[in-house]
Amino acid sequence: MTVGYSELFRLVLPEVIVVAAALAVLTTDVLFMRNAGTRARFAIGAVISCIGCVGAIAWMLIAPQQANVFDGTLAIGPQTQLIQISLLGIAILVIGLSIESTFTTHVGEYLALILFATTSMMFLVSTQNILLIFISLEMLSLSLYVLTAFSKRSTRSAEAALKYFLFGGMSAAFTLFGLSLIYGLSNSTNLIRIASAIRGPSLNPLLAVAIVMTVIGFGFKVAAAPFHFWAPDVYQGSPASTATLIASSSKVASFVIFYQVLVIGFAGAEGRGGWGQYIPGWVPVLAIVAALSMVLGNLVAIMQTSVRRLLAYSAIAHAGYILLALISHAQQSFDALLYYTITYALTVIGAFGVVAVVENQIGSDSLSDFAGLSRRAPALSFCMLIFLLSLAGIPPLAGFFGKFYLFASTLNAEPQTLGILWLVILAIAMSTVSLYYYLQVLKRIYIAEPPPQAAPIRTPIVSQVVICLIALSIMLLGCAPNIFLSWLQQAPRIARF
Amino acid sequence: MLAWTIYISFLGVLALLLPKVTPRAARIIALLTAVGGLATTLGGFLHRSDGTMITIIRVPWIPSLGIEYHLAADGISLVLLLLTGIVAIAGVLFSWNIEYRTKEFFAFYLALIGGVYGVFLSIDLFLLLVFYEIAIIPKYFLIAIWGSTRREYAAMKLALYSFVGSALVLIGLIAAYVVAGGKTMNLFVRPRFPFPLHFQMWAFPLVFIGFGILAGLWPFHTWAPTGHVAAPTAASMLLAGVVMKLGAYGCLRVAMTLFPRGLDSWGFHVLGFGSWRDVFALLALIGIVYGAMVALVQQDFKFVIGYSSVSHMGFVLLGLMTLSQVGLTGAVLQMFSHGILAGLLFAVVGRMVYDRTHTRDLAMLDKMHLYKFIPFAAATFVIASMASIGLPGFSGFVAELQVLIGAWSAFPLYAIGAGFGIVIGVAYTWRAMQKAFIGEAEGTSADHSLPPISIPERVGTLVLIGASLVIGLYPQLLLKLVIPALNSPLFSNLRKESW
Repeated sequence: MTVGYSELFRLVLPEVIVVAAALAVLTTDVLFMRNAGTRARFAIGAVISCIGCVGAIAWMLIAPQQANVFDGTLAIGPQTQLIQISLLGIAILVIGLSIESTFTTHVGEYLALILFATTSMMFLVSTQNILLIFISLEMLSLSLYVLTAFSKRSTRSAEAALKYFLFGGMSAAFTLFGLSLIYGLSNSTNLIRIASAIRGPSLNPLLAVAIVMTVIGFGFKVAAAPFHFWAPDVYQGSPASTATLIASSSKVASFVIFYQVLVIGFAGAEGRGGWGQYIPGWVPVLAIVAALSMVLGNLVAIMQTSVRRLLAYSAIAHAGYILLALISHAQQSFDALLYYTITYALTVIGAFGVVAVVENQIGSDSLSDFAGLSRRAPALSFCMLIFLLSLAGIPPLAGFFGKFYLFASTLNAEPQTLGILWLVILAIAMSTVSLYYYLQVLKRIYIAEPPPQAAPIRTPIVSQVVICLIALSIMLLGCAPNIFLSWLQQAPRIARF
Repeated sequence: MLAWTIYISFLGVLALLLPKVTPRAARIIALLTAVGGLATTLGGFLHRSDGTMITIIRVPWIPSLGIEYHLAADGISLVLLLLTGIVAIAGVLFSWNIEYRTKEFFAFYLALIGGVYGVFLSIDLFLLLVFYEIAIIPKYFLIAIWGSTRREYAAMKLALYSFVGSALVLIGLIAAYVVAGGKTMNLFVRPRFPFPLHFQMWAFPLVFIGFGILAGLWPFHTWAPTGHVAAPTAASMLLAGVVMKLGAYGCLRVAMTLFPRGLDSWGFHVLGFGSWRDVFALLALIGIVYGAMVALVQQDFKFVIGYSSVSHMGFVLLGLMTLSQVGLTGAVLQMFSHGILAGLLFAVVGRMVYDRTHTRDLAMLDKMHLYKFIPFAAATFVIASMASIGLPGFSGFVAELQVLIGAWSAFPLYAIGAGFGIVIGVAYTWRAMQKAFIGEAEGTSADHSLPPISIPERVGTLVLIGASLVIGLYPQLLLKLVIPALNSPLFSNLRKESW
């Protein structure tokens, strides 16, 4: 299908708006705000960025698009737009939480990079072309490397960025190698054509290599064990809002595209990962990765004394749970994946928001600094209670329904044999373990006595509003998951099998 | 209308979270909320002459998954709602002296009560699971913040045991939901489409043990004594009085209703066991005897009561495994009776004795001659312990007698063992009573300035003793609700020909 430039412009207008906002932030900051204080610059920049994001969201809501141009290079439908709206919403929240930061004087560049990262994620989720997937992925990664290193006065930040960059570069090489093998095998860059080309009765050895390479590459991106080594350092060392972005929207986008590549692109090479029903393919590979992530993430998180590192290991564990959706790749799996990743992203933003506030006031994120927080900042503590319990999967919060939906849809893939039951049992058992370390944090907050002469903690008003809004929405999404679910299901799925 | 028991409790939580609530106001809000819950239950109770299942509210909740917001009550739920209401009021009265973070204490307390009401009223299993897990977190904080001996350890142990239990239940229920086609989780609809036998055979023990952990099923009972001992008085009253009943209720309402054929014979014998029924009956018996024997040698007064709870809950589980009308009725009555009496015993030990003497060591209490200084506590303990070892006229007698009758026809040998458990029960109760109140050891008598028993304590005691006495003298009040409920179609797959 051929399209004119005006048509193309209309399709990518949301991305264009965000990029325009990023440039506007950059020029305003560089040209007019050089002599203003950091806080004023952040405030102005954040307002412009948020206007851009809201504009993009509004355009998608007012004029929903549905198109598939240039052979899947740009595939837009209600579902991709829903994901893009979520990504933009997350960007707004992250910018809202970073507004009080003081770690840098390069305000314009920082905010612009957040918007560039968001733009690349928007492209990432709306394409079925492996070349564009790789380009968007790299653009996202480059923005995130720089964002990680942004706190120039902190050696931790530099170390984290270097680690992230080295691991990320390696993972990009793996992805690229895997994808080029795929191209060689199928002679196409379109996921659907690839699927029809590689479909066959047995697994081509070259295809097996390609599958493993691609899984490794994306495994780095979503921080699944054993490709997780960068995650704890990056979560701990980078500026709070960068860590939030990496933990939230980058996770959502990476999982969406991971699902697309494997389920659409490698359809026909699934294999089986049921207990005693092993057939080679990407499902058993992912099953091992998922099991490792759940076990390692949850067990290592127990021993952490830094809350950020704890959240990093819990992120590895959650990546393990989310991989269940890929492994089952049944009718409802993609819905379950979206519900889980988006509510998870929200929760993590909230948790990092609280950690950032505590860090700014006390100076560190170690567990002992949370002692008696409930006496010093009751509202903030209550929000943290909600975030952590939601991560542990306690009802009536969003995390519980997310887990239930994910596990039910996973088993629903094979209702008669319950083939993947072993992995679901492992996931539920490991989420029991997770309650232990989340309670360790809550124990400090609610049970331990605050240090003597501890002053009440002052929460910046924007952070307070954002954190409370997130907590409310997590409760709402948990009590009435149908709001989100019906929205998901109204959108005809892009992934047709 | 019964649904308001849940809403009132959570409204109470919200009211307590408002800023500028003084400790005094917090107590009054909590008491009013608890009274409101009981009044609502009593309203439903007087309204109902039979115990069949009546839907209170049924609206779609998550239509795409077939999950409904479905609350309903039958005779069994009503009995347990009544128990919850009574123990909740007594718990507030016995924690009138909480001064440390009073608001938060009652907020967690009422959240726990709300979750418990919710479990007893839920018919949709997803909803039941939601309320069941809501009840876990408040327990943790109640024990860890306001508790005593090794409170953080005990609280974490309790939370993890509960969560492991609910994880087992979750696995069983998700599998059941998927095997049934992923259309509904409603308990009303399910029994009409029985599950395949091989599925019931593994799902039943999973879900039964999951709930059984909270019911003090031996050998998964170890959270109970430590949790009870560490908890503040009101929390131990709720734990023993109501939370352990959640587990037993789940065993009956979910595990046994959903997978009735899981109790059937395996068709072969392993170590003399022919079915899950044999296994769980033996575990229940071990719980009865083991709990009683351990209670006999405890030095901590609260541990005596804690282990006695394990023993008494064994009777509930044994009653469930008889699969006869009389045994099941006995089990439900025992849930009610033990809830009231364990609450009362913990109130005596935790509030009346420990808060005044600051020790629970029986050797220390032995020297204090407490009956001289707090005769009210001594008298209450005598009445409560007599009632719980089965003095005719109190609820314990009616309940345990029926369980024993049921067990006699199903497992005669176990019935004898359980009778043996009762005898040990007499021994440990007698020993505790003697040491704690009428000690003969010479020594410094207690400080003569022990604060007198306060009015809230007296009222709470009277409420609990009154409830036990009324049911003991006129068990028909509950029986007329429980028996029709057990004869309802919901349990039709469970009933044997002999019923």
